[in-house]
Amino acid sequence: MDLALVLIQTLNAIQYGLLLFLVASGLTLVFGVMGVINLAHGSFYMMGAYLAFTLSSLTGNLFVTIILGTLLSVVLGAVLEWALYSHLYQRNHLQQVLLTYGLMLIFEEMRSVLVDNAVHSVEVPAWANFSVPLGSVMTYPAYRLFMSVICLAVALGLYVLIQRTKVGARIRAGASNRSMVQILGINIDWLYRLVFALGVGLAAFAGMINAPASSVSPGMGSQVLIVSFVVVIVGGIGSVQGAMLASLLIAFADTFSKVLIPDYAGVAIYVVMAGILLWRPEGLFKS
Amino acid sequence: MSRPYFYSLVRAAMAVGIAGAAVGATAQPSDPVKIGLMLPGSGTFADLGKGISNGFKLYVSEQGGKLGGRSVEYIALDDESEPSKANENANKLVKRDKVDVLIGTVHSGVAMTIAKVARETNTLLIVPNAGAGEITGAMCAPNIFRSSFSNWQPGYASGLLAAKKHKTAVTISWKYAAGDESVKGFREGFEKGGGKVLKDLSLPFPSTEFQPLLTELATLKPESAYVFVAGAGQVKFVKDYAAAGLKTSIPLYGAFITEGTLAAQGEAASGLMTVLHYADGIKTPKNEQFVAAFNKAYGAAPDVFAVQGYDAAQLYDVGLKAVKGDTKNKAEMIKAMEGAKLESPRGPLSFSKSHNPIQDFYVRVARGNQNVMTDVIVRGLADPSPDCQP
Amino acid sequence: MSSLVKSRSRAALIALFFLMLAGFPLLDQPFYTELVTRVMILSMFAISLDLLVGYTGLISFGHAAWFGLGGYVFALLGTKYHVTNSLWLTLPAAVLVTASTAFMIGLFVLRTRGMFFIMVTLAFAQIFYFLFHDVKALGGSSDGMNLRGKPSAALGPWVPFELSNTETLYYFVMILMAALLLLMTLLLRSPLGCALQGIRENEHRMEAIGFPVFRYKLAAFTIAGGLAGLAGYLFAVLNSAVNPEMLSWHQSADVLLILILGGMGQLWGGLIGAFTFVLLQELLSSFTKLWHLWLGVTIVLVVLLLPGGMISLSERINSLWQGRRT
Repeated sequence: MDLALVLIQTLNAIQYGLLLFLVASGLTLVFGVMGVINLAHGSFYMMGAYLAFTLSSLTGNLFVTIILGTLLSVVLGAVLEWALYSHLYQRNHLQQVLLTYGLMLIFEEMRSVLVDNAVHSVEVPAWANFSVPLGSVMTYPAYRLFMSVICLAVALGLYVLIQRTKVGARIRAGASNRSMVQILGINIDWLYRLVFALGVGLAAFAGMINAPASSVSPGMGSQVLIVSFVVVIVGGIGSVQGAMLASLLIAFADTFSKVLIPDYAGVAIYVVMAGILLWRPEGLFKS
Repeated sequence: MSRPYFYSLVRAAMAVGIAGAAVGATAQPSDPVKIGLMLPGSGTFADLGKGISNGFKLYVSEQGGKLGGRSVEYIALDDESEPSKANENANKLVKRDKVDVLIGTVHSGVAMTIAKVARETNTLLIVPNAGAGEITGAMCAPNIFRSSFSNWQPGYASGLLAAKKHKTAVTISWKYAAGDESVKGFREGFEKGGGKVLKDLSLPFPSTEFQPLLTELATLKPESAYVFVAGAGQVKFVKDYAAAGLKTSIPLYGAFITEGTLAAQGEAASGLMTVLHYADGIKTPKNEQFVAAFNKAYGAAPDVFAVQGYDAAQLYDVGLKAVKGDTKNKAEMIKAMEGAKLESPRGPLSFSKSHNPIQDFYVRVARGNQNVMTDVIVRGLADPSPDCQP
Repeated sequence: MSSLVKSRSRAALIALFFLMLAGFPLLDQPFYTELVTRVMILSMFAISLDLLVGYTGLISFGHAAWFGLGGYVFALLGTKYHVTNSLWLTLPAAVLVTASTAFMIGLFVLRTRGMFFIMVTLAFAQIFYFLFHDVKALGGSSDGMNLRGKPSAALGPWVPFELSNTETLYYFVMILMAALLLLMTLLLRSPLGCALQGIRENEHRMEAIGFPVFRYKLAAFTIAGGLAGLAGYLFAVLNSAVNPEMLSWHQSADVLLILILGGMGQLWGGLIGAFTFVLLQELLSSFTKLWHLWLGVTIVLVVLLLPGGMISLSERINSLWQGRRT
C-alpha cells in the first residue's frame, strides 16, 4: 500500500468520521437526555439529502440550500417531538424501538411519494469543483476537504455549546440525571424539544452537506442508522465527546478494512464494537 | 383467559374472516389472457419496472388491446426487488391468480427464483430485464425466455470495442454474479480483439468505496478500463473517476453505467463511451415510430427497459397467434416463439437455443442527457450459453 | 372451580384451532396452504423469541441471526457442499449448529444489560449477516442461494413421506409446531421456566436468593437460538431458497413486532401475532402500493394505543428498567 493511498484513505476516514459524528451526536443526545431510542434517526439524514436535492434545483445555490434546509429540519424536529416523541419518554425500550421503526417506514414511503425512488445527485458548487493533486497520478476532490472543515467547525460549535454554555450545562445535566433536572425547576419540555430539534438538524445537515460528494438514494437512511448506533454505543450513551472519539474510530476501522480485508469489511465495525464493549461494557465515556 | 388475550383472538379471527372474503371475492373471467407482471414498484428499480410495464402495454395497445386475438388482463405485483419474498410472490401469481404467462423481473436474484418457480410449475416466463446468465444457462428450460440480454453480451461487445483502440485493460466491478459475468464477457471480447486484461479489480456489493481501487488502477497504468456497477454506485463511480483525474488518462468503458443516470452524473459522464443493445437516435423507421408512440402515450422518451418490455409483449404475441390464443397448447407456442424473428426498436431480434436474444450492439456516446448511437460494434451477437442443456 | 372452567374452555379452543388447522389443506388451495405453512413457521420463530423477551425479559434485536443460520446450514449441507440432503441429518444439524453458536455468543452478550444488550445482539446479528452476504465459502451472495430441492425423508430404501408435496410439508410443519408448543408449555412449568420468569420480574432479587442467573439466561438464550434455527430450517425448506435478508435487522424487528401484536409472555402470542402480521401484510399490499406506509402507521398505532394485557406486561418491563425498586 503506497503513501498516496494511505493519505487518501486517511482523509476519507476523517471525513466519514466527522460526518458520522454529526449524525451520531444527535442520536446520543436524544438517547442520553430523553432516554429515547430513535430508529427513525437515519431517516432524518436521508431527509436532509433529499431536501438538498429538491432545494438546490430551486435555489441553485448550495449555501442557501443548506441554511434553508437546516432551518426546515430543525422546525420539523421540534414539531415531531411535540406531536409524537414526547409520548415515548415513559415507554419502555421495546416500544420505542418498534414505534420509531414504524415511523421509519412511514418516512421512507413519504419520501417515495413526495420525491421519488430514483438515484439523484446534487451539484458541487463551482467554486469547490476542482481537485487537489496528491502524488503523481491521483487527485483528491476539493469539496471533500471543504466538507471536512465545515463538519469540524460544526463539531467545535457543538462542543462549545455543550461544554461552555448554560444551555449546554442543562443538557449535560439532563443526560446524567433527568429527574434531578426536573426537580430543579428547569423547563424540561423545552429542553427536550431543543435537544431533539438539534439532533434532527444535525442529521439533516450531515445529509445535505454529504450529498454533493456522494449521491442521494433511497437506502441511505438505513445504512447510516446502524452505524450511528454502533458509534453511540461505543462512545457511551449521552456523551458527545464519546461520540466524537467513537466516530473517528469506527470510520477508520470501516475505511481501512475495506482496503485491507475487503471480503470481511462488512463485519469490521461490529467486531470493533463487540471488542470495546467487552473491555468497557458502557462504552468509552460514561455520561 | 384474560380479556386482552380474548380480544387478540377476536382480532385474529376477524382478520382471517376478512381474508377469507377477499379470497372468495376474486372471481376470474375465463376469456382474457392473464399476464402476470412481477416488477419492482418501489425502491431503486421502480423506474425500470415502470419502463418495462409501459413498453409492454404500448405494444398491446398497438394491437388494439388484444394479444393473439384475446383481450388482456394484467395482474401486477410489486416484487420490491426482494429475493427473500420472491418465492411467495411468484407463487401468488402462478398458484393463486393462475396467470397464463409471467413477465418479470429487473433484479437478477428475484428473477432466478421466478425462473425456479416457472420451471416447477411449467409456467411460461419471459424475463424482460434480469441478465443473470444462469437463467438461460444452467437453469434454462423450454418455457423460459428472455427479451433483454445476458450479462455476458454487453461485456463481450464492450471488449470488442475496447480492443479496437487499446492493447491493455483493467476491469472494476462489484463481486456478485452480474459483475462476474459481465467482466468475463469483457475479457473474452477483449482477448478476441487481441488485447490483454491486466487485472480484475473488485469490491463487495454494494460498497461504494471506490477510492482504493481507483488508486490501484492508476498505478497499474492500463490503456483502458471497464466498469460494472449499478444504481447509486454507478453515479458515484463516474463522479469519483472524473474527480480522480482518470477520465482523461484512462478511457472508461461500460454497458449500463450511464443508463438512466446521466442527469445525476452530469459533467463527469460527458463523452463516455458505452456499449448496449439500444441507444438514443437509432435511425430505423421502427424505432422512430416506437419513440414517437411512447412519447405520445407516456410523455417521456423510452429507454432500453421500455424496449425490453415492448419486445416481451411482441414475443408472447407471436406465440399466442401461432396457437390462435389457445394457451394450453404450450409446445406449439414455444416452437413459434423459438423461431420468432421480431422487428424491434433495437433492430432485428431473434432467439438462441437457450432462448436468449440474438441482437446487435451499439456504440453510444454520452451527450447531455442522452446516450447517442454512433456505431454498431457487432451484429447478431448470441450468448453461447454453454451450461444450457435442453 | 373457575380455573377448571377456564382451562376447559381454553382446551376446547385449542382443540378447535388445531382441527381448523388440520382441515385447511382440504380446501385445496395450494397457494393458501403454503401461506399458512409460512405463518406456522413464523409463529415458531416468534415463540422462540418469546422465551427470551416475554419470559426472561431479554430483548434481543438479533434473533434473526439464528433463523438465517438454521436455513443456511441446510443450504450449505444440501446444496453448496453436497454433504447430505437427508431430513434426518440436516434438521438436527441445523438445530445443533444454531444452538451451539447461540451458546457461544451468549457467553459474550449476556454480560451486558438493557440497551446495551439490545445493541450487542444487533451487532452480532449484523456480523452473521455480512458473513453470509460477502464470504463466498458461506454462500456469499446478496441474492442468496436457490436450493437443490426439499430434504429427503428416506431411511435407506423406505420413504415415509415426500416433502415436495405441499400438503405433506404443511402437516410436517404443523406437527413440529404442535410439538414446539408442547415443549414450551412443559419448559415454562418446569423449574427452569419459573426461574426465567423470576429473572424477568426482578433479576437482582433472584441473584440475592442465590440463583445462578447468568446460567439460566444462557440456557434460555441457547434454547431460543436452537428453536429459531429450526424455524429457519423449515423456512428454507419451504422456499427452496436462502437469502442473507433472513438475518437482517429488519427481520429481527419484524419478529419483535409479531410478538407485540400477539402478546408477549403469553404462549400463544407468537402464533396470534404471526397470523395477524401476515394477514395484515397480505391485505394491505393487495389494497395499496404504499403498504409500507400503512404498515408503519399500524405499528405506530398499535404501540401507542394498544389496550389491556400487552401494555401492562411491557409496563412491568419498563419499571424493571426505570429503577430497580425492590
